[in-house]
Amino acid sequence: MLKERLGRELLFFDGGMGTLLQEKGLLPGELPESWNIKRRETVTEIHKKYYEAGSDIVLTNTFGANALKFHDESYSVEEIITAAAENARKARRLGVTDGREAYVALDMGPTGKLLEPMGDLSFSEAYEAFKEMAVCGEKAGVDLVHIETMSDTYEVKAAVLAVKENTNLPVTVTMIFDEKGKLLTGGDVAAVVALLEGLRVDAIGLNCGMGPKQMMPVMEELLSLTSLPVIMKPNAGLPVQREQETCYDVEPDLFAGWMKKMAERGACVIGGCCGTTPAHIEAMVKACKNIKIKHPVYKEHTLVSSYGGAVTLGEIPVIIGERINPTGKKRFKQALQEHDIDYILREGIAQQEKGAHILDVNVGLPDIDEAKMLEEVVTKLQSVVNLPLQIDTVDVKAMEAAMRIYNGKPMINSVNGKQESMDAVFPLVQKYGGVVVALTLDESGIPQTADGRLKIAGRIIEEAKKYGIDKKDIVIDVLAMTISSDSAGAKTTLEALKLVRETYKVCTVLGVSNISFGLPDRPAINANFYTMAMQQGLSAGIINPSSEAMMRSYYSYLALMNYDNNCERYIAYCGNAQSKSVVTAPVKMDLTHAIEKGLKEEAHSISKEMVQTMPPLEIINGYLVPALDTVGKGFEEGTVFLPQLLMSAEAAKEAFAVLKEALEKTGLREERKEKIVLATVKGDIHDIGKNIVKVLLENYSFDVIDLGKDAEPEVIVAAVKEHHVRLAGLSALMTTTVTSMEETIHLLRKEAPECKVMVGGAVLNQDYADMIGADFYGKDAMQSVYYAQRILKKM
Amino acid sequence: MERRMKEVIRYLGYGNHAVEAKTLEMIESSLLELEEKTSVRSFYRIFDIEWEADEKIAIGIMHIQSRILSKNLKGCEKAVLFGATLGAGADRLMQYYSLTDMGKTVILQACAAAMLEEYCDECQAAIADTVAKDGCFLRPRFSPGYGDFDICHQKTLINMLELPKRIGLTLTSACMMVPTKSVTAVIGLSKDEISCHRHGCEVCTKINCQYRRN
Repeated sequence: MLKERLGRELLFFDGGMGTLLQEKGLLPGELPESWNIKRRETVTEIHKKYYEAGSDIVLTNTFGANALKFHDESYSVEEIITAAAENARKARRLGVTDGREAYVALDMGPTGKLLEPMGDLSFSEAYEAFKEMAVCGEKAGVDLVHIETMSDTYEVKAAVLAVKENTNLPVTVTMIFDEKGKLLTGGDVAAVVALLEGLRVDAIGLNCGMGPKQMMPVMEELLSLTSLPVIMKPNAGLPVQREQETCYDVEPDLFAGWMKKMAERGACVIGGCCGTTPAHIEAMVKACKNIKIKHPVYKEHTLVSSYGGAVTLGEIPVIIGERINPTGKKRFKQALQEHDIDYILREGIAQQEKGAHILDVNVGLPDIDEAKMLEEVVTKLQSVVNLPLQIDTVDVKAMEAAMRIYNGKPMINSVNGKQESMDAVFPLVQKYGGVVVALTLDESGIPQTADGRLKIAGRIIEEAKKYGIDKKDIVIDVLAMTISSDSAGAKTTLEALKLVRETYKVCTVLGVSNISFGLPDRPAINANFYTMAMQQGLSAGIINPSSEAMMRSYYSYLALMNYDNNCERYIAYCGNAQSKSVVTAPVKMDLTHAIEKGLKEEAHSISKEMVQTMPPLEIINGYLVPALDTVGKGFEEGTVFLPQLLMSAEAAKEAFAVLKEALEKTGLREERKEKIVLATVKGDIHDIGKNIVKVLLENYSFDVIDLGKDAEPEVIVAAVKEHHVRLAGLSALMTTTVTSMEETIHLLRKEAPECKVMVGGAVLNQDYADMIGADFYGKDAMQSVYYAQRILKKM
Repeated sequence: MERRMKEVIRYLGYGNHAVEAKTLEMIESSLLELEEKTSVRSFYRIFDIEWEADEKIAIGIMHIQSRILSKNLKGCEKAVLFGATLGAGADRLMQYYSLTDMGKTVILQACAAAMLEEYCDECQAAIADTVAKDGCFLRPRFSPGYGDFDICHQKTLINMLELPKRIGLTLTSACMMVPTKSVTAVIGLSKDEISCHRHGCEVCTKINCQYRRN
């Protein structure tokens, strides 16, 4: 059986297919997969040569045979995969003459499309395409699925889930890295290892992109991080252009020499990619067949990851930002109720900028669909911050929804010692991967003693083993109890922390700020407790990274414990903190001037000062609005340019936020704002123009419902109807998407005839706008503002 | 750097107006940030051109009906198909700042455009050096979507060069490139050197354009 052999003996993959087919007459851009039927013999012959050369595993000719990439009028995906498997199996019968056990692997390459949020392919569409392939492959009798040449962690996650959920086949994965050890989408080796180990694939490795020489350092990094068997399939060197050909010029013997080095260093499955031929594989098998395999070494690292990178939990403490959580936060609750996702995203960005390493995400409110909201917030957060997320919910349905669409290996908050909790959460961790926070409480509550909490930790670790979840993927939370109600609370927590750490050698986590509940000057207690907890072995504190007291504790601790080379981080932190305090010091400047010059910090501090002595409305009408008018007019006259216009808008926004808060304190409510729907139309992914208009409209007191990019006509119409919107703004960049703009307008006319439509975008002009039936063409952002004022204020 | 700066300012629509110090500073920091967070990649291959009929040509399996491209390629027997991208990093950066600072976002977008053009120029110069060894010269690059060269050819071009796999350049169903800061182009290859503008802007017929050079 293949699974038993992986990592225990050296196995050989095959080499390139595409280059060989092109030699036989396949044209660039032609679908190689169609040759499984059109040129059966040719394909079978190549497979056979690889088996003869000594390959144990041969890939079917199905790299692009997924419904998203393979568009052929004559053949379906199923026909192609069935034929491809038959060809490879026939080749095995003919080519394996020494009685060895050899395998046919279904080759699964990328869809060739980029997934949302950056591209337009949804996770579930990608999943369906891979599922179809996997199901057909299993039916056609392949022995395993090999997912290869993947450059996107998200796409590879869809592929692995599709195979694992719909077949019983082993699955191996190789990704395409560059010489810096980065994927095309930005991820690094650690992020890939965390994700794929979490998804429990059978082996991982590298293919394509580089020759063996360039792959060596990346392989070393991979070997140092993964506990799985490592696969190496380099190209025959880097591609060179010769005449009209793309050539690879590492010859078989040289290639074999490199592959021998790789096997000696610890690669367990070796083969070739572009430019390698049966001759390369034959030379490689000859050079390597007597090498004694190095068994994969189990790694103890606790890794969580996002698409871009991984964070290691362990000796040096990390910060988990606690701010994305509605508990006790009026403004955050309001954002959730009003579906103001941007507010939540800004909380994420702010914490990243303050130095958080992981972000806790809790969006639970009694009256919202938590699963849907959590899924949306996680997806959108991952499009703007590259920190790993901690999915924080008690709703198991929401937890699974978020874990499924999460790009990476998340932290999960949480499981506890109750059987019911473990029965619900561990299967999810087993399936999707994750590092789970385990609370030391059970059916009888929270034990009063450190020893009691230790025992629960032990039980949780034991139970997790039944699911194949290692203790490195469990982070124990011994719970910080408020000292104002139990004066020994902190002491017990600190004892338990040390005990758990020493007994089980696991990572630990604490929600630190709980400790001071009900006491004055909470930051003082929190910061001191934080330092003490780190000293006792806290791996990750869930804290507010905007709290200066906490961050001072954190950076001081690192410096004092020799975790901070030359105290660099401490010094950098102090430098940043200082420069901030200079900005917030009273500046003698007029608010009007600050806005006209686009000075955000100044606009903020000046308005804060002004509201002490002046009613907010007076400031708005006397300073803010005139400043905006001046800038807007300047823009129209060509003396102020787009960057300045927007900087002023952002400065005004800062001031508005301060004034709005003051307004609410005086009991006055803001005037009810008129709502405007904005969207970049279906098919279009360029949203910068729409975002410019949005900032300006918000400045002029409109409430913008932003439907984002690639927005379906139906979604736009639904939003217009739901909120009784009287003006919708649509944006499109290219001629190809103006058609969907037109479609949207038609649908709006039919379903919401009272709603006016303004349009804008690079390809549009007045004639074009008239042609598609828009009410107004905004040649620049200010024009949309003026139009909105004209239309909405007079009605 | 000087030229790049000028291009950024042109893309931002300043024309000949002076640029205020704060914006200049932001342009400089944006360029640095982009340098750090993006990794440029490109790929090309040379194909034969078949002249099928008047204004109709075939480059490999790509059959094109286009008056302007035919004119551009007149006298060429071969063409370079070319793709380049700044990568996903540039899009991520713009997405990030669009939540907190739109002024910075438009500056980043102009900087990214300038960097991409400059990178394409460098790539083209390198290709020109290579083909010069065979006594060949390059024409200006010409992209799907210019004039009557249908943007949908992008799809075939990207498949012919296997760009998703090689440089991470993909298309949406509406034929838009992602990452957005990307270029595909056809570059004619001929045996005779004809004088032509290296830069596209000046040859454009839209004289009163806000972004026009000079």
